[in-house]
Amino acid sequence: MRQVPPIFKKEFRSYFVSPIAYIVISIFLIVTGWFFFSTFFLFNQASLRNFFALLPIIFAFVIPAVTMRLFSEELNVGTYEILLTLPVTFKEVVVGKFLAGVAFAAAMLLPTLAYPVTISFLGDLDWGPVIGGYVGALLLAASFTAIGLFSSSVTRNQIVAFIIGVAICFALVLIDKILFFLPTPLVGVLEYLGADSHFETISKGILDSRDMVYFLSVTFVGLYGTYLVMKEKS
Amino acid sequence: MIHVENLTKYFGNLCAVDQINLDIHQGEVLGLLGPNGAGKTTTLRMLTGFIRPTSGTIRVKEYNIEDHSLEIRKLLGYLPESAPLYYDMLVYDYLNYVADIREVEKKKKLPRIREMADLCGLGEVMHKPVAELSKGYKQRVGLAHAMMKDPEILIFDEPTSGLDPNQIVEIREIIRKIGKEKTVVLSTHILSEAEATCDRVVIINQGRIAADGALESLKQSASGDYSINLALSNAEMEAVKKELGAVSGIIAISPVEGDGDILRVRLSCRSSDDLRAPVYERIKKTNWVLLEFYQETQSLENIFQKLTRES
Repeated sequence: MRQVPPIFKKEFRSYFVSPIAYIVISIFLIVTGWFFFSTFFLFNQASLRNFFALLPIIFAFVIPAVTMRLFSEELNVGTYEILLTLPVTFKEVVVGKFLAGVAFAAAMLLPTLAYPVTISFLGDLDWGPVIGGYVGALLLAASFTAIGLFSSSVTRNQIVAFIIGVAICFALVLIDKILFFLPTPLVGVLEYLGADSHFETISKGILDSRDMVYFLSVTFVGLYGTYLVMKEKS
Repeated sequence: MIHVENLTKYFGNLCAVDQINLDIHQGEVLGLLGPNGAGKTTTLRMLTGFIRPTSGTIRVKEYNIEDHSLEIRKLLGYLPESAPLYYDMLVYDYLNYVADIREVEKKKKLPRIREMADLCGLGEVMHKPVAELSKGYKQRVGLAHAMMKDPEILIFDEPTSGLDPNQIVEIREIIRKIGKEKTVVLSTHILSEAEATCDRVVIINQGRIAADGALESLKQSASGDYSINLALSNAEMEAVKKELGAVSGIIAISPVEGDGDILRVRLSCRSSDDLRAPVYERIKKTNWVLLEFYQETQSLENIFQKLTRES
C-alpha cells in the first residue's frame, strides 16, 4: 500500500484544478441549504435532523458526479495504460482513488459545519446526534463513493458511469420506500439492503454495529467489484 | 535481458500475436517493424504487463511476468502509443507524481526532474497544463515520464508518430542518446526510423515474426533489387530501351507515366552492383536531355512484402 499516497494526492488535487469541484460543492451547498433552512424555522427546533435526512438522496446524485471521472477518464484518454504500467498494484489504485473520492466528499461536508455552529447560538443544540450524523454522512459517502468508483470502472464514458452510479445509489436509498408493495418474505431482506434506514439510526446519534457493518460492507463490495473489473480488463 | 517464449495473445477469436519467440540482449536497441495491426502494440503491451498473454512466457532478467509483474514494471519505462497524459495536470506536477510513484528519493527528486526536463527539452513548458502542449511536447513529456527512475529497459510504442519532421529528428536523437546505455525496444512502421535508431530489427506480420536481424542483413536477404528513375526529354522509349538495355545488371526498363514530352523511365537493377555510373556514361553519349536521375532505395513495404511472401 506504499503507492496509495501519491495516487490519492494526484486524484484529490485534480479535483480542485478543474472547475467541476467548485460547481459540485456549490450545488450541494445551495440545494442542502435551501431545503434545510426553508423548513427549519417552521419546526422551531434546534436540531439538524432534517439536514441529515436530506443527505442520502442528495448524495445519490452528487457522489456519482464526483466519482464518475476516476476511471472513465483514464480509460477514455488512455492514461489507464500509463497508470497500470507504473509499479502499482490494482489494490493501491482502487484504494487511492477511493480515498480521494471520500476526501472530496468530506471537503464538501466541511462548510456545512457552519449549520450546527450557527444553530447552537439559536437554541440548545444536542451535539451527540450532530456528531453521529457526520460520522454517518461520511460512512454513507464512503459507500456511495465505492459504488461510483465501480460504475466508473466499467465504462469509458463518464455520463454512462454517472447514470449507473446514480441508479445504484438511488435504488439503495429508495428501496425502503417501496417495501409497501413487496411480498412480506422479501421485506426483511430488502429493508436491510436500504441505505436510508441505516443512515437514519446513525444520524439520530445511535452508533449501532449493524449499521456500521452495512456501510462498510457496501463499501467493500463496491471496491472489490472495482478490483475485479480492473483484473478482468488486463 | 528479455526472453520471450511462444508468446500468444487472442482477442476473442482474433489471434493478435502468434507464438513469438524473441531474445533481447542488454544494451540493444530493437525495432519492431510491421504494418498496422501486425501485433506490435499488443506485443509491447504484454512486455509491460499491461495485458496478459493468452499463453507463453515472458522473462525479464530473472523475473517471470506472471508472478513478478511489479518487479518487472520497476525495471521498465514505457511510452504508450500517442503518449496519453493527464490533461488537467501541469507538466511539473505530472513529473512530480511519476517521481513519487517511482519512488525517487525526496532529495533527488527535484534534480532528477530538472535533469529530465533538460534532456527532453521541457524547460519552457514545465508550468503549462498538459492539455495546452503540442503533440511533440506531449511526446517529450511521455519520454521524460518513461525515463524518470532511470530504468534499465525502455519501451516506446511508435515514439515519433504524428510528429513533424523536426520533432522526429529530435526524438530520434534522444532515443539514440538513451540507446547507448539502455536496452530499448521500440515499434514503428517507418523504415528510416528503424535505420536511424535501431541495432536490430524484428519484422512482425499477422502476429508472427517474419524476419529478425540487423537491418543491413535484412535488406540483403530480401535480395533487394533497387531501381533508378530517369526523366528525359528529347528521347524515345524505343531508343532508351535499346541504348540502356545494353548495360549489364539492368533487369527491366519500364516507362512511368510522363507528362508532355518528358519521358520517365524506371530501370530495375540487381542489388549486387552500382549501375549509376555506367547508366550515366551511356546517356552522355546520346543527345537526350537528362532532367532527373535518382536511385530509389528499398522501402519497408518492398522488403516487407518480399519477406512475407517468402515465408
